[in-house]
Amino acid sequence: MIDYTKYLRMSKLPLIWCAGCGNGIVLKSILRAIDKIGWSKDQVCMVSGIGCSSRTPGYVDFNTLHTTHGRAIAFATGVKMAKPELHVIVVTGDGDATAIGGNHYIHAARRNIDLTVVIFNNNIYGMTGGQVSPTTPVGMKASTAPYGSLEPSFNISGLAQAAGASFVARGTVYHVFQLDKLIERALLKRGFSVVEVLTPCPTAYGRRNRLGTGVDMIRWQKEHTISVQEAAKLPPEQLNDKIVTGVLTDVDRPEYMEAYQALIDNLRRK
Amino acid sequence: MQREKGPRVEVMTGNDACAEGALAAGLSFFAGYPITPSSEIAEILSYRLPQVGGKFIQMEDEIGAMGAVIGASLAGAKAMTATSGPGFSLKQENIGFAAMAEVPCVVVDVQRGGPSTGLPTLPSQMDVMQARWGTHGDHEIIALCPYSVRETFDLTVRAFNLAERYRTPVILLMDEIVAHVNEKVILPEPDEIEVYERKLPNCPPEEFLPYKFTEDDIPPMASYGTGYRFHVTGLCHDETGFPTNDPVQIDRLIRRLNRKISRHRDDIVQVAEEQLEDAEIGVVAYGATARAARQAVRLARQEGIPAGLLRPLVLWPFPDKEMRALAERVSAIIVAELNMGQVAHEVEWAVCGKVPVHRVNRVDGEPIPPELILHAIREVAR
Repeated sequence: MIDYTKYLRMSKLPLIWCAGCGNGIVLKSILRAIDKIGWSKDQVCMVSGIGCSSRTPGYVDFNTLHTTHGRAIAFATGVKMAKPELHVIVVTGDGDATAIGGNHYIHAARRNIDLTVVIFNNNIYGMTGGQVSPTTPVGMKASTAPYGSLEPSFNISGLAQAAGASFVARGTVYHVFQLDKLIERALLKRGFSVVEVLTPCPTAYGRRNRLGTGVDMIRWQKEHTISVQEAAKLPPEQLNDKIVTGVLTDVDRPEYMEAYQALIDNLRRK
Repeated sequence: MQREKGPRVEVMTGNDACAEGALAAGLSFFAGYPITPSSEIAEILSYRLPQVGGKFIQMEDEIGAMGAVIGASLAGAKAMTATSGPGFSLKQENIGFAAMAEVPCVVVDVQRGGPSTGLPTLPSQMDVMQARWGTHGDHEIIALCPYSVRETFDLTVRAFNLAERYRTPVILLMDEIVAHVNEKVILPEPDEIEVYERKLPNCPPEEFLPYKFTEDDIPPMASYGTGYRFHVTGLCHDETGFPTNDPVQIDRLIRRLNRKISRHRDDIVQVAEEQLEDAEIGVVAYGATARAARQAVRLARQEGIPAGLLRPLVLWPFPDKEMRALAERVSAIIVAELNMGQVAHEVEWAVCGKVPVHRVNRVDGEPIPPELILHAIREVAR
């Protein structure tokens, strides 16, 4: 059992997150992963954009940076390049990372710079009052999709895989032991790593779509997800209503800052 | 780079000088996105920075470049980006973040004509007001405006020094003529260049307040990863850096952000004067237009018209006191600029009707020639 108070800025509690929200589960999972790895607090930099998830850095006693909407990965790129020895973790939401921040997301993956991005995917813009997000499923309601969303949603993990990320995983706040392991592996991976975490928003999403309480929504995760190993054994038609969890990509590609340092070393030897 | 002792004489452009000035000031990180007429600055630094152990990155867009610059500065780097009008517009939200979070950085804007994509390869001075008021919210800003290649070198160094001194984004407002003109320059020796480093905290980490109210209104600044763990946000915050909705704290913060620059305006503002001692007509011009204005003043003197030049090297904070002093000495002021009168308006405000302010404006993509200003001087002298 870890001592969370070691990592939390206790004076900033209680959290602003609503009852039934899954964000606190993701936060504790990140802290357990860091504790297990054993990084000191000075070695960690946590960067976020704007939104519910992006309030996370305010609660943790690392080097923390709460940036403009959608730009967390861009700010984090600068931090990492200026100080490659820092372990830079980006916490962001589905809207922050893939709508306004979509360009930075795919290009950081392409570059394969050593950042870990934890995306709190709650299928909605929570902080601004429940507007439709790039991951709101078709037909689901939002304050700006009162007749149900017409737009097909992004596959956040698939986007990172296609763009060249070294490590991509999807977890849920129901499968919390698995989530600890996914985040730990992502943090230790050299290169751009992504953990997409499905987390319920009962207030702005669940209530409007009559999905019940936070507990009901977490139970839904249990019933509608399947591990990547199980999924491999089934024919595709049986996966239609299932969300695949686990490690989706784990490959070794040249990492950007290592390549840049090699360039510097090479030029300076001459 | 090894070279013989002696003055460093070179032929270079303003964009070259900007890149070299930045390196001389200690630049260690550049993020940018290509845009004419600023692109050579990025090109040169992509070549030069890794040679000196610094980092260059071409980001996916202007917004990301500005974000990366801020992140790098918080991690201890001297950081810069370079752009032009439309890209400058894209960067504005993050420039506001840098102002609010007090992150030193330099933003070069090699101006081009606008609005919109405007005139990519032609000169303009249309971003004076964008530099001042481009972001939302209320904060002071520093903007410098070089008129020659050598001065571009000097003002780039100064931009870094002011950014570090006042913990603020500093804008270097160049124009296409200064950026692309080739001039012979004699660069200063490295030991002649004054370089300022940001004020570091001298307290133990647990007592560190990243936005502490100090005597000079400029809080000492730690870098990420040095044992001082602190929080940075674009939200209104108290001395600890954490968000606040307390009206007292918000008021204190916004007033300090403005005051830390306005109260030091005499240290920041810089103007050059030429033949103003006995002048009856004062010409105000900056950037490339000041080159034509100098010639116009000389030609007017040959005709027996006592004209002189006041050339602001710093446009923001605006040299209002200097303009008022000018109005005490001359009977008319002519402001020449490549826009519809952005600085002329500020001059009018500063001199408050004391003397008439005449305008020479050009917005057709062509530079203002000396004759146009000379013509205006003759008209006023009549």
